Amino acid sequence: MNVKIENLTKVFPGRDKKSAGVTAVKDFNLELPDGKLVCLLGPSGCGKSTLLYMICGLESPTEGKIYFGDQDVTDIPSEKRGVGLVFQNYALYPHLTVKQIIKFPLENLKGEEKLSKEEMDKRALEAAKLVQIDGLMDRKPGYMSGGQQQRVAIARAIVKRPKVLLMDEPLSNLDARLRLHTREEIRRIQKDTGITTIFVTHDQEEAMSISDLIVVMKDGVLHQIGKPQDVYDDPVNLFVAEFLGTPEINVFEGKVKDGGLYIGEQRVLEVKGVDDQDVWIGVRPEGFEVDPDGKFTCELSGINIMGRDITVLSKHDAAKAVIRSIVSAETKVDTEAKTINLNLKPYKTFIFSKETEERIRFT
Amino acid sequence: MKVKKTIIYFLLAVWALVVLFPFYWMVLSSVKSYASYAGEKIPKFFTLTPTFENYTSAFTAVPLAKYFANTLIFTLLTTALMVIVIIFAAYAFARIDFKGRNLLFIMFLALMMIPNELVIITNFVTITNLDLRNTFTGLILPSVTSVFYIYLLKENFEQVPDELYYAAKVDGTSDLKYLFKVMVPICRPTIITVIILKVIECWNSYVWPRLITDDPMYYLVSNGIQEIRENGFGRDNIPAMMAAVVAVSVPLIILFLIFRKKIMAGVSREGIKG
Amino acid sequence: MSKKTLSGVNSVATNISGWVYLLPALLFLIAFMVYPLIDVFIYSFEEGYNSASQSSFGIGLYNYAYILRDPYFLKAVKNTFILVIITVPISTVLSLLISLGLNSIKALKNMFQTIFFLPYVTNTLAVGLVFMILFQKTPYTDGLVNLIIGKFGISPIDFIDGPYWAKMLVLSVYVIWIVMPFKILILTSALASVPDVYYQSARIDGTSSWRMFWRITLPMISPMIVYLVITGFIGAFKAYSDAVAIFGIDLNAAGMNTIVGYVYDMLYGDGGGYPSYASAAAIVLFAIVLTITVINLIVSRKATDIT
Repeated sequence: MNVKIENLTKVFPGRDKKSAGVTAVKDFNLELPDGKLVCLLGPSGCGKSTLLYMICGLESPTEGKIYFGDQDVTDIPSEKRGVGLVFQNYALYPHLTVKQIIKFPLENLKGEEKLSKEEMDKRALEAAKLVQIDGLMDRKPGYMSGGQQQRVAIARAIVKRPKVLLMDEPLSNLDARLRLHTREEIRRIQKDTGITTIFVTHDQEEAMSISDLIVVMKDGVLHQIGKPQDVYDDPVNLFVAEFLGTPEINVFEGKVKDGGLYIGEQRVLEVKGVDDQDVWIGVRPEGFEVDPDGKFTCELSGINIMGRDITVLSKHDAAKAVIRSIVSAETKVDTEAKTINLNLKPYKTFIFSKETEERIRFT
Repeated sequence: MKVKKTIIYFLLAVWALVVLFPFYWMVLSSVKSYASYAGEKIPKFFTLTPTFENYTSAFTAVPLAKYFANTLIFTLLTTALMVIVIIFAAYAFARIDFKGRNLLFIMFLALMMIPNELVIITNFVTITNLDLRNTFTGLILPSVTSVFYIYLLKENFEQVPDELYYAAKVDGTSDLKYLFKVMVPICRPTIITVIILKVIECWNSYVWPRLITDDPMYYLVSNGIQEIRENGFGRDNIPAMMAAVVAVSVPLIILFLIFRKKIMAGVSREGIKG
Repeated sequence: MSKKTLSGVNSVATNISGWVYLLPALLFLIAFMVYPLIDVFIYSFEEGYNSASQSSFGIGLYNYAYILRDPYFLKAVKNTFILVIITVPISTVLSLLISLGLNSIKALKNMFQTIFFLPYVTNTLAVGLVFMILFQKTPYTDGLVNLIIGKFGISPIDFIDGPYWAKMLVLSVYVIWIVMPFKILILTSALASVPDVYYQSARIDGTSSWRMFWRITLPMISPMIVYLVITGFIGAFKAYSDAVAIFGIDLNAAGMNTIVGYVYDMLYGDGGGYPSYASAAAIVLFAIVLTITVINLIVSRKATDIT
């Protein structure tokens, strides 16, 4: 089922009539293709959970429309939309067993959809098998690990065979190792079932590794949508560039003059087709080359050798933070030197307008 | 240190004796025959010839069994009705965001300050005017709500995470089904505590039944005991009286011993509210 | 986004369902608490109200004037005040001592706690009868208590039907016996909730246990003590069934009536049928309790400010 969002806006009313409301989602337009796993990515408080809740039907939009396929579901209650939702804290009923929890949504079905007892048991077992908790059917949530609870929550969400599966930060309550394992599991389950899945997270690494498409948002506004690698390689603005990638992108203050890019007084890169102006310069950590004749000189402050590659730490007045560059382990670096000379790779270097922080493309 | 501990244990034992002695004495007196009791110028601390004839006369000379049945009916009906009423009210306050909720809840809390003595007069007149004296309806009606228990349950309901409600909504669960399938089972410990405390309160209620019943066919045990005290068993039959007292006390003591932890926790919650 | 309720739900339906869920509770509370609360004031000002004809002569303070001149009422007020003054301090101090004792032991603690709580779950009327026979002096026997005090050379006293102070003594003993469980329970849990670290650090400083009690324990549990004193006052002012249990229904004849007893006697029974007098008396009681509570709160606030 593809999901289409048109001009979606959500304003939460202020505490009283005088105070202004809070706009959580602002004029959102989006089309998500069928059968894909899509991540809504953004810092906390960016409106991604609100967006998810509106798609789910737990929250009604102030303006705009939501379509599942050709059907306008904006005013359809949650239970009739055919969605499944996995909560951040799982929201498992503590007094029921796993089997009862998974069956709970099925028991609510009415009319034509009503299932026989055997059918319910069969479907519950199917869902449990899919998430590999069929051995724990008689346990209560209190006696299970976080990872197991997570699987139950997923089983409960998919047992109704929803058209769209929604996940609200499903991994944030797990410890680091389990998180890695579970996200692969989610990927597998999504592939197996082919359900269109919308996954909310603030962790860009998680988003990069798991999703077919990433939707980057901030302050309720859509910034960029695309395949993870495309968004990483081709960010539309400074926020997206900074938000994606570990270690973070290196950002410098600089300017464009006469077709050259300057950091401080050094002309570090040739950029054609850009008017003279002040800019932000973003360079991915892997976007540097160590070169004794390099055009960009900065103060060397440390070197971390991490097996297959080396992280060079250096300082420069124009840099927003410590400069991290990752270079191959074969690179010769003089650890005793005071300064280091670097070259910038053009396809790993982005420039952004100082004013609007929008990307400025060069050739 | 040893000496101090011994003194503490001794003093605690003295208080335990003070508490337990009346219970011992009532059991002891209830198994002495009338003749031997009346013959003891100096009361004896034990008896070698226990008898149960007093229990027989307690249940035959006065309609004690009837009082028991009345109290049982009164207790069960009042408690059952109250639990239903307070579950709905607590759910409304905890889960439904209706207009005027906060103001109404403050007014509810204000009602907790109102002593029963102040409202019992009008209630007496109301029930009398409605011709409900000497009926179970008249006995039960004024005590099927409790602001404090609504408050207690509301607090408990609010601890149930909101996500459970959202999850239920996504699954298409109605509010009513969510209330009884999810909220009530999760909050069962609190509801059980409320039930036990209410049962104790009902079993011991005296003032209202006394005002509202003058037909012994509707007496509760407390009024029955008072009736026995006033009009006795014909003569000053203390052993039979004590047998009745034991019979009235035993159910509650058994209830207490079974639910000791719950009762004590519940009562101390009642204290913490202040 | 942690809001109490979702805005997605239809708000008209929500408003209606909220009130529907509350309806039973509201109806009962309005009929049996709110309306009576207003009505009791009306009754108290209606002069010469007659239950049979349900009519009155007019509005005024006559009912108050009447009860304030009624010797039975004055006697009831006196009895109630004496009972309060005796039982509240004794039961509070005694329960504090017992709780301290309970908190300092490990073995048998549970057993003692269970025993001490027993009076709470007993029928006041029923156990009152036991106290009556323990103290009673009859033609056949002087009763157990007289037997014991006789060992100390005191001649037998009729506690139930004898001198005023003796009757007051029995009633006080019974009231204390009844109210102790609640106080012990509250104080024991209050004491247990004082974090151990305070005692440990005090012990490292070499603080004596006497000083620890006054400087750590007491200030930490003082809110609970204040609470117990206030509820103790309120409860003792409303004493009634304890007196009935020991002295019988005709408390005026026994000279042991309480204010609440006076209210009920005025309402119903041999001398009853005067809801106006009963209302006036109930309001006087409420005014007394309110005043005492406010004084208590002010005093305790000052006291806790100092420490």
